[in-house]
Amino acid sequence: MEPFKLADKTFRSRLFSGTGKFGSTAQMEAAILASESELVTVALKRVDLQKENDTLLTALQHKHIHLLPNTSGARNAKEAILAAQLAREALETNWLKLEIHPDPKYLLPDPIETLKATEELAKLGFVILPYIHADPVLCKRLEEAGTAAVMPLGAPIGSNKGLKTMDFLEIIIEQSKVPVIVDAGIGAPSDAAKAMELGADAVLVNTAIAVAGNPERMAEAFKEAVIAGRKAYEARLAPIATNAAASSPLTSFLYE
Amino acid sequence: MEITINNQPVTIPDDGLTVQDLLYRELSDKQNGIALAINNTVIPKTEWSNHYITENDHILIISATQGG
Repeated sequence: MEPFKLADKTFRSRLFSGTGKFGSTAQMEAAILASESELVTVALKRVDLQKENDTLLTALQHKHIHLLPNTSGARNAKEAILAAQLAREALETNWLKLEIHPDPKYLLPDPIETLKATEELAKLGFVILPYIHADPVLCKRLEEAGTAAVMPLGAPIGSNKGLKTMDFLEIIIEQSKVPVIVDAGIGAPSDAAKAMELGADAVLVNTAIAVAGNPERMAEAFKEAVIAGRKAYEARLAPIATNAAASSPLTSFLYE
Repeated sequence: MEITINNQPVTIPDDGLTVQDLLYRELSDKQNGIALAINNTVIPKTEWSNHYITENDHILIISATQGG
């Protein structure tokens, strides 16, 4: 499998993982390790002065793991830019998952604010991975604005509905000059495999692993699906035909 | 003087507290992996020891948490 180059990093794994919704930090750590993900998202929260610090960062301190802070909670470009600067300071990385979703019901990304924030954050030297709708035109605009990759959604965040946007993902993959990472909505390893077969450079999975019956096993299943899908893409899938095409010789040896 | 930290009102001594002093006072040893903004401007770690808190400052302190 070809390694995946993105900005200044090279990844062996094309499965990126989220850290939300796990039952415990230990369960999260086990699943993240089983996934073999090398890029792992974290969110930001206000520090509670009365509480002990949580152990999240300690659990993610593994040599192969790079952190990708997100701007979840930002409702516009201005808030996202502040969140990005705080994230860079707190986690000492200029990598950023830019997400701006003003509506909590569907958590759909705001394309206008995301484009505005990308323009500003690119000037500030961030490696930007914007979470967006599967909109091919927006992807080109983000490319011009200096994004490092695009992260179109398969379906709403946490919905596990799979690649509802497949036709548009195909257009994005065909046209994109920056890596395409399918984010959100991937519910089953087969969805991840499908995204990779279509030619996505990577996928980002969180809920489907975190809330599975056995997150660690599911992480392993996703890891294998992503490898299978990528290998299939690199091997180039056989064409689809309307009529049957025999795989066995049709000599009528039983009669005649 | 009165300030807010993460939207909570906090009273601190009037005599020239730096960001570093404030963090030590409020968070003691829990300062790993945090970032801070005053009135929506991020104060980099390198400036914590020479940036002074002033009356009515709105201070935001964040850290990482689980998320997708």
